[in-house]
Formats: sequence, C-alpha cells, structure tokens
Amino acid sequence: MARRNLLFGILFASPWIIGVCSFVLYPVMSSAYSSLTEYSVLNPEKTFVGLANYQDLILDDPVFVRSFLNSLYYAVFAIPLSIVVGVSIALMLNLKVKGKEIYRTIYFLPVLIPDVALAVVWLWVFNSQFGVANTLLWQVLRIEGPGWLASPQWSKPTIILLTLWTVGQAVVIYLSGLQDVPQSLYDAAQVDGANPWQKTRFITIPMISPVIFFNLIMGMISAFQYFTIAQVITGGDGKPGQSLLFYAMYLYRNAFVYYKMGLASAQAWILFCIVLICTLIMFSTSARWVYYGGQDTD
Amino acid sequence: MTDGDQGTTAARGSLRASTKRRNKHWIRELAAHLLLLPLAVSYLLPFFWMLSTSLKSDAQVYAFPPAWIPQPVVWDNYPRAVNFIPFMRYVQNTLGLALFAIIGVFLSCPPVAYSMSRIPWAGRHLLLIVTLSTMMIPYQVTMIPLFTIFTRLGWVGSYLPLVVPRFFGAPFYIFLLRQFFMTIPQELTDAARIDGASELRIYAQIVLPLVKPALASIGVFEFLAQWRAFIGPLIYIDKPDRYTVSIGLQMFRLEYGTEWQMLMAASVLLTTPIIIAYFLVQRTFVQGIALTGLKGV
Repeated sequence: MARRNLLFGILFASPWIIGVCSFVLYPVMSSAYSSLTEYSVLNPEKTFVGLANYQDLILDDPVFVRSFLNSLYYAVFAIPLSIVVGVSIALMLNLKVKGKEIYRTIYFLPVLIPDVALAVVWLWVFNSQFGVANTLLWQVLRIEGPGWLASPQWSKPTIILLTLWTVGQAVVIYLSGLQDVPQSLYDAAQVDGANPWQKTRFITIPMISPVIFFNLIMGMISAFQYFTIAQVITGGDGKPGQSLLFYAMYLYRNAFVYYKMGLASAQAWILFCIVLICTLIMFSTSARWVYYGGQDTD
Repeated sequence: MTDGDQGTTAARGSLRASTKRRNKHWIRELAAHLLLLPLAVSYLLPFFWMLSTSLKSDAQVYAFPPAWIPQPVVWDNYPRAVNFIPFMRYVQNTLGLALFAIIGVFLSCPPVAYSMSRIPWAGRHLLLIVTLSTMMIPYQVTMIPLFTIFTRLGWVGSYLPLVVPRFFGAPFYIFLLRQFFMTIPQELTDAARIDGASELRIYAQIVLPLVKPALASIGVFEFLAQWRAFIGPLIYIDKPDRYTVSIGLQMFRLEYGTEWQMLMAASVLLTTPIIIAYFLVQRTFVQGIALTGLKGV
C-alpha cells in the first residue's frame, strides 16, 4: 500500500515536479551562476567575473542605489498605509452597515482593472492641467494643485495613492477574517464593560493578526517587485528625474534594453536576498504579535 | 445578555440600556457611512472620469475648466479607438492565449493538489513546503534564465513561453485547490479505495466533481491573469500583430500619448469585459480570494 501510494503520489504530482525543476529550480541556480558572469543574449558566451557585478552595482552605480531607495520608499509607505486603510475599511464594513455588499464591490472594482489601463487612467486623472484631481482642488478649495506624476516631489506619493486605490483585494481577505472572530469573545467583553475601541484593540485586531501578517508578507514581496504601473506611466525611464525608477524597472532595463544579463542577474539576486531577509525577520518577530489561537488545524 | 429574571428595576434598567445601545448602534452606523460614502465616491471618481473623457470631443478634452459631462457625447471615439489600435486583433490574441493557459492549469494543477491532499505518500509535505516557497521567489530571478532557455529553443516571439509553463503547474492554484481538497472528508476517498476503485477513478469521478467551484475560480483567476499580463508579453512578444490587449494599450500610449479620449475609450474596452466577468462569478471570486489568505497549512 505504501509503495502504491508513493507511486501514485509522484505520478499525480509529476507535472508540477517537472515544472518546479525546469521552471523554478534550474533557473534559480542558473541565475545564481549568471550573476557571477558577464553575458548577453546577443553574446551568450558567459565570462566569469566573480563578484564584480555585485561590486559594480553596490559601490559604483548611483542609478542602482537610486532605484533601490525608490523601492524602499515605496515599500515603507505603501505597505503600512495599505494595511491601515484596508483594515479600517474592513472594520467599518463589518459593523453590518446598510449597503455593505455595494460598498465592498465599489472598493473592489479598481482591483479588476488591468494595470496598464490603471496607469493610463491615473495619468489622466492626475494630469496637472486638465485632470480631475486638480479640477476638484480648484473648484472646491481654490487650491492650485501640484504637478502630481510630473513633479519629482509628488510622483512617489501619487503612486502610493494609486496603490491605496487597489486596496480592495486585501479588504476582502480582512472581511472574511473578521467573520471568523467568535461572537462569544465580544459578548464576554460586553459583560466586562469594554467599550468599542477596547473591543477592536484587544479582540478584533489580535484575532485577525494572522490575516494582517499574511498581507504584510505578500505586500512586502510585491512592493519590491513593483513594476508594471510605473513602467507604463513613465514609459520605462522612471521620469521625472528617476523619481519613479523602481528596482524592478532598472533590472528590466539592464536585462532587456542594455542586454547586460549577468549584471541583471546580480540585481535579481540582491532583490531575492532582500525579500528573503525581510521575510525571515518578519517570521521571527511574528510570535510576538501574531495570534494563532483562533486557527483551526487541518 | 440575559438578566430578565432579576427584579423589575433591573429589567427596566436593562430595557433602557438596550434602547441606549440601539441608539448607539444607529450613531455608529451613521458615522461609518459618513466615512464610507465619500471614500466610495473617491473610488468611483476615476471610473467616472475615464468614462466621461472617452465620450468627449477633441476640444472638450482640453477645455478649461474641464467638463464633468461630455457635451456633445462623441460615441465615435470607440470605433475610432478600435480601428486605430487593432483592438479586436489584440482581443483575439489574448483570448486564444488565455484559453490555452486555462487548459494548461486545469490539466496540471488539480492532480498535484490531489496528490498533496488525498494520497498519503512520504514526500507530500516537502512538496507542499517547496510549493509555498516558490511563491516567494521574485519573478525577476527566474526571468532571465528562462529567457535564455526560450531563446535557445527559438520560442521568443511566439506564445509558447507564456503558455507551455502553464501545463506544468502553478503554485498559487495548487495551494488553493489543496485547501479545497482538504475540506472533503477523507472517508470518502478511503471507502472508494477499499472498494477497489483505481486512483484515477477516485480523482476523476469522486473528488474532481466536488471541487467544481474551486476549478471555476481558478479558471477566472487565470483568465484575469492573462488579460492583465504585462511583463511576460512585454518580454516575449515583439511583433505588433501578436500583441495582447495590455501591451497593445501600452504601445498605443507610447505613440499617441495625448489622444486622451481614445486612450480612455480603449481603457474602458479593456476594463469592461473583466467587470462583467466579475459580476457573473462574484461569489466564487470573493470566496477564492478569501480562501488564499485564511487557512493555515
């Protein structure tokens, strides 16, 4: 029986076992080696250069450092803001307000728009002369709006605002997390005379902390890979003044515009290490703030 | 709260308390609406602006102050945008690509999830950990070696690099399906096995029909993923007549970046099918998303 199970287990899993080996494991190892070489698609002969690519990037390439700092800026502001806004919306919807379904749909709709369309629409909404954002600012508040995406000071905050517009996916996840919080906890708190703020702070938030943790990890991984929207908005060059040149965009440029495949592989591995280290740090501190008591084991 | 069996004073007190609580709830609901409603309006505003611009005349697009409602309504922007960009061509390309990709994930993902959840074999926990770990590897790490491989195979410029990997499993869907499979009672498959049913029969005739909703959400997710895909087609598709909708729109923008009414018309066309698809399968969809973020391993 055990042998039969082993045979069928591997048989059924074989597409993915082949897939993992050929589309994940082999490329990952190949990329690790490539990062120590110099090559391009035009000239596929790999020349071993040791750690020179890493050295060039970290020590001698101000554009690389710039792109890293841009992505860091994005991650540091976009992730916590998305969590705060997402959880707040979910908490408000969870008050069983009238029209909950309609609100949820409205908040979710932007998630559905293809990134390219999202970027194009956002460019137009925040057009400094003819966009609806500055129109509103002028008509309602008599304020002359900033240049938004055209201004190096405002471009990153505008991008972060755009990220908040697509917070709906997380809201759906938080909402289903909220539904799993047992009513008995609130009833017990009621008996003890807890006010709504205390109930939120000491029951709701701890009970949904695993879901917040999940969104934090996923948000971090995708924040460092942030690409499509900024690529479309800037046409790939990260303008104005490299303020929107994010890490993955510079990587893409090195690989597929300048054909420096070895260098780009080194960039990819630095990215991988950053994501890995951040994930490990988050997991190792999670015991202190993520509460897993409410989870059913299966 | 039940304290009705204590004296009348207490009963009256609790009545007053419950009225007070009902009032409080009413106030809280009002406060929530005061926050939720303006937020909802600001979430809808870009949609409205997109739609309104897509129906404006050349002159009105650049009018100052900008108009909210187009006057006159220029429906002609839509046929113009569709012809300007060979939009229908891109739609065909994308639908074809999505169809094969969906077939790919339907064939490859459920058996793997079945193996990891229903067959007790030694390596399945390891495989689950590997599956989850691969989701954390940034796309950029595998992107360059895969491009080198596909170049060597002569596949660059065709849809093969985008479709073929879909026939070899996708970690996110495998995990999603596994979570669904776990909810099916183990006795069901055990009984069939004792009755001498073959593994393939248990899979195809007992388990698979039970996870139809999960398969549906995977189909929808994959359609969405292909419709929205950007970096894959950007790297591999170089001929304009093979562009997908997203790449087509991007190229249109780079060339005619200031024809806003046409860009918005194209964006509306790009977005509408997805919104329709969403409303058709809303429940499955929301369930699918919720499931990914919830249950532990």
